[in-house]
Amino acid sequence: MNAVEYVGRTVGFSLAEVGAVFLLLGSAVKTIPKAIRQKKLVAEQMLRIGIGSLPLVLVTSIFTGGVAAVQAAYQFQDYVPMRYLGTVIGKSVVIELGPVLTALVVGGRVGASIAAELGTMKVTEQIDALETLAIDPIRYLVAPRLLAGLVMLPIITIFADFIAIIGGFVVALIGLDVSTHVYFTGLKLFLHPSDVLSGLVKAFFFGVIIAMMGCYHGLRTQGGAEGVGIATTKAVVSSCLLILITDYILASLLFSTVFSG
Amino acid sequence: MIEVIDLKKSFAGTEVLKGVNLNVRKGETVVVIGRSGCGKSVLLKHLIGLMKPDSGKILIDGVDVTTLKSEEMYEFRKRFGMLFQGAALFDSLTVWENVGLALLEHTDLSEEEIRKKVCQKLEQVGLDRLDDMKPSDLSGGMKKRVGLARAIAMDPPVILYDEPTTGLDPIMADVINELIRRLQKQLEITSVAVTHDMKSAYKIGDRLAMLYGGKIVFEGTPEEVMASQDEVVRQFVEGRAEGPIPVYQE
Repeated sequence: MNAVEYVGRTVGFSLAEVGAVFLLLGSAVKTIPKAIRQKKLVAEQMLRIGIGSLPLVLVTSIFTGGVAAVQAAYQFQDYVPMRYLGTVIGKSVVIELGPVLTALVVGGRVGASIAAELGTMKVTEQIDALETLAIDPIRYLVAPRLLAGLVMLPIITIFADFIAIIGGFVVALIGLDVSTHVYFTGLKLFLHPSDVLSGLVKAFFFGVIIAMMGCYHGLRTQGGAEGVGIATTKAVVSSCLLILITDYILASLLFSTVFSG
Repeated sequence: MIEVIDLKKSFAGTEVLKGVNLNVRKGETVVVIGRSGCGKSVLLKHLIGLMKPDSGKILIDGVDVTTLKSEEMYEFRKRFGMLFQGAALFDSLTVWENVGLALLEHTDLSEEEIRKKVCQKLEQVGLDRLDDMKPSDLSGGMKKRVGLARAIAMDPPVILYDEPTTGLDPIMADVINELIRRLQKQLEITSVAVTHDMKSAYKIGDRLAMLYGGKIVFEGTPEEVMASQDEVVRQFVEGRAEGPIPVYQE
């Protein structure tokens, strides 16, 4: 195979995969009205994706806030007054660090778990068994995970933002000698509702990406244990990459158009 | 009732089914026998629409299932039950949820009524008091029986069996064969089974069909199979390495 053929095949294959993901997403969205009625299935997934991820997200967030405080203080040095510390932490957390780091952590945990579960179901013929019972696997398995992802990611991002701001505050108070009043006055100074909203819009899309990558790679699993391992790796890698790429696209769109005024 | 006409299917350039023709009459049990990897399970999966053929027809009560759209296919599948080789129980669900899933999804019965029906089905396959156990707590034989209870939960007129006795000890294999035979008589179900276990094939089959080289090469009653002088059939049923069937498949 020459280089041109290799590139052509790789691009063709990748485009076909993108098409397949969108087809799966379209089918899942179509079944959402029916899936909403499956309250137990949706609630189970919400618990797994949301509540199950909280401890990990909260630990990540508290240290993220702390690091943001230390880094900001280092960069301020003698040029920027420390009363802006809360401003910088607040803005960077709700716009960027909160949604992206939460999505990366949840993507690793939940994306892998969805891919492994659906992949195992595929290789042990449980997906075929669902079909033989006249149950659409997309409605029964994919739609509840998609719903849970797009609802729970924004919710846990709100928790993550809050905890990261508290983490930044604790470090500012104990390590940087910034008073409570100064920190929170700075926090409120330039923090707009649109900042929080933009972070939540990102989290919504990240939730869709995590659920879809887990489901897509899980349902395409072939072979046995090795296939499940490959699907899990692909789900996590593709989730993380897509989260970062989508983050850039959404940031460009949101701040150049929607929230620019 | 089931008519397979000139069914062909290839995977990655390898033709697995090369024009399969098979008839299954209402209420009878046809067992498709053949070597591992000869396409028996592929044939079975075509009958229930899990695979689409490259060409050919599958008529069930006169309806060509190969042309059905996705929604129509789901509706059509309510008339089938299928027992998988590894039982394929949903490991996140309990035994009662496994058996009652189709009832929960497709009927308006209350949970209490479904539980009662699930108990009946489990009793029919010789199991009780397993309701709240998970599949991981069950032995291989129990899993197959729960899989069978799940397959008959909606009282389907057709049941498909994929290697019903594979992986079971001889006694449990016989228990499953007896169970299949009893259910067929009690419920007057039309069945298609695929297996390479000749003891099972003789026991549950009204007719046997041998799949070899991508085609049905022999059809007959168990007695006719036993008396057959066809070299291919003889080699397979006697389990001989020497004969016209190559040991190492291409």
